[in-house]
Amino acid sequence: MQRNLNHALFTALMTFVVSFPLLGIDLVTDGSSLTIEATSVTTYYYMTAAIVIVFLFQLFRESILSVFSSVPKLRLPIHLYSDLPQSRRNRFENWFTLVVVIVALVWPFVVSRGSIDLATLVLIYVMLGLGLNIVVGLAGLLDLGYVAFYAVGAYSYALLSEYFGLSFWVALPIGGLMAAFFGFILGFPVLRLRGDYLAIVTLGFGEIIRILLNNLTSLTGGPNGIGGIPKPTLFGMEFGRRVKEEGNTLFHEVFGIAYDSTYKVIFLYLLAVLLVLFTIFVIRRLVRMPVGRAWEALREDEIACRSLGLNRTIIKLSAFTIGAAFAGFAGCFFAARQGFISPESFTFIESAIILAIVVLGGMGSQMGVILAAIAMTVLPELAREFQEYRMLMFGLMMVLMMIWRPQGLLPSKRPHLELADVK
Amino acid sequence: MLEAFLYFIQQLLNGLTIGSTYALIAIGYTMVYGIIGMINFAHGEIYMIGTYASFVVIAGLTMLGIEYVPIILGCALIVAMIVSSSFGWAIERTAYRPLRGKHRLIPLISAIGMSIFLQNYMVLGQGARDVAIPPIITGGWSFGGGDFQATLSYMQLVIFVVTFVSMYALSEFISKSRMGRACRAVAEDLKMASLLGINTNRVISLTFVIGAALAAVAGLLLGLYYGIANPHIGFIAGLKAFTAAVLGGIGSIPGAMLGGLILGVTESFTAGYFSSEYKDVVSFSLLVLILLFRPTGLLGKPDVEKI
Repeated sequence: MQRNLNHALFTALMTFVVSFPLLGIDLVTDGSSLTIEATSVTTYYYMTAAIVIVFLFQLFRESILSVFSSVPKLRLPIHLYSDLPQSRRNRFENWFTLVVVIVALVWPFVVSRGSIDLATLVLIYVMLGLGLNIVVGLAGLLDLGYVAFYAVGAYSYALLSEYFGLSFWVALPIGGLMAAFFGFILGFPVLRLRGDYLAIVTLGFGEIIRILLNNLTSLTGGPNGIGGIPKPTLFGMEFGRRVKEEGNTLFHEVFGIAYDSTYKVIFLYLLAVLLVLFTIFVIRRLVRMPVGRAWEALREDEIACRSLGLNRTIIKLSAFTIGAAFAGFAGCFFAARQGFISPESFTFIESAIILAIVVLGGMGSQMGVILAAIAMTVLPELAREFQEYRMLMFGLMMVLMMIWRPQGLLPSKRPHLELADVK
Repeated sequence: MLEAFLYFIQQLLNGLTIGSTYALIAIGYTMVYGIIGMINFAHGEIYMIGTYASFVVIAGLTMLGIEYVPIILGCALIVAMIVSSSFGWAIERTAYRPLRGKHRLIPLISAIGMSIFLQNYMVLGQGARDVAIPPIITGGWSFGGGDFQATLSYMQLVIFVVTFVSMYALSEFISKSRMGRACRAVAEDLKMASLLGINTNRVISLTFVIGAALAAVAGLLLGLYYGIANPHIGFIAGLKAFTAAVLGGIGSIPGAMLGGLILGVTESFTAGYFSSEYKDVVSFSLLVLILLFRPTGLLGKPDVEKI
């Protein structure tokens, strides 16, 4: 009891120290000097409440925790899924994918325009998550600057359409190739680096790209970004009210229906679904190919991998390049959807969110990445009504999710042998 | 000729000033990395909190009519260190300790989440806008003649002295005291140290507290040097300090000091002779270049692969 009391007093004091000087006192600029004043009374009530709660919790820690542990734990159906043997899991996954695809295709015709928009955003993050999953989840290389490739893809399309008038469909592969090229370039110097050295170099690379985009004003428009990026067309049919480019027709005129701006949103959504399906398909094939096996082998044990005669350079470079290419596709699509891009959209926080999607998804599992992308995009959107608390809660959510499920939502399970009865 | 030389000296002084504060922040990264092998992404935010805490104290004391600079500095330093250390302690306790021993990306994500949380915590507490503080240490020594005079401001002098004293105190603590010995033992081999009866949890907490305290010192010094703060200054400062730590070889305390100074000087020379927009590009390129030839940083121990 005495120990508990001491600990409780200490944590209560800590709560006071971390809250009072920064939340309880407001810095006010008064002319040229800086003064302080007390903040609103409600804040003090909240702070007192927080301190009392922390104190009581730490004081009666054992009894509170025992009450919690006596409540039966909420078993998520995820456990049932991950306990399945691999063959049944594959079959289940195939069926599940089919259902999801059908739902995804029917869905936009049922729900509101805002939800379709949000779903399109989710799909962009799914694509980014799947791409980064190759680098981080499969090849085990920590990349904190993934957003750079996303930016390269987006700016490729924006610049190609602005200077050369290329359409989305031509720019899409070029954007992917450009991003892949940058991935290749970055791959070279970092090949020798391990673990966290890699992290800082990729992070630096992401910052370099952002700074360049910000400062090459004559080319990229600097902080003002590039606007008026044309939307994608469907076989030369535009989705606007009037034809913007010569030679194109209008979707609603061709089909003889009234103009509705929702068509454009639905088209963009379906396009995103298509791109995601393409991404999933390609990555699934890649993982089963020798190069995919090599990525996983490299992640598991680099030395063993090398002693088996696998070329480390090629494996790492291919992971970087292919991962970057998908970010390039996503970037192209993002630029086309937004119609406006600026370096603001490609800050470190984006890289962090994508990485969080991969880790939360369970590193290496595609289903997990999709689930995590939905969680990471929809939850902040739901929290929008909390306004100024939104990002605060987002940060807290990242911490809590890691504590709650450190292995990720759907950890990937690969076939392995175990000695029976040996623990 | 003389002017060019003086200009050079000026850039060097500016670079060393910034560099020494980077080094202070970098020590926090490097110590935590050396002991539990994780990148504490929220460390830049600890520095930002230190800046705000010291601003609160300075503003408060000025309101009370106290104008004797050493008292203001001393109080601000102590309070900032206490507040930042409490944050360091609390973060380790809540966000990192439950994740110890998990895959190394897990605490990293938790740290990034914590960093977002702390930034917005400060936005909530003090608003998102810049807070400016009037300079309390003014004046300096000018030397040289002609059109250009190099200046060593008293503020820069204070930065040098305070940084030097803190680093000296740290190295004495690490090399002489009982707790410091425990720190080194845990950094060497955590499992072995705990088998030998060292309370590793306490050592890890202490590492976070020391790192946070040094970041608070840097927060106070840089806050006064720039005279401005906002809730987002932590990210870029943290990034620079992390770069410095890696440059010097992460895990090595002298490496962090050296890396910080090199980074600061590089930045100031780029800004002085080339363009201040591209100073970050140059410092990251320098990092890549150094890592190309020394993959574990300048003073880092080469990785030994054991099978």
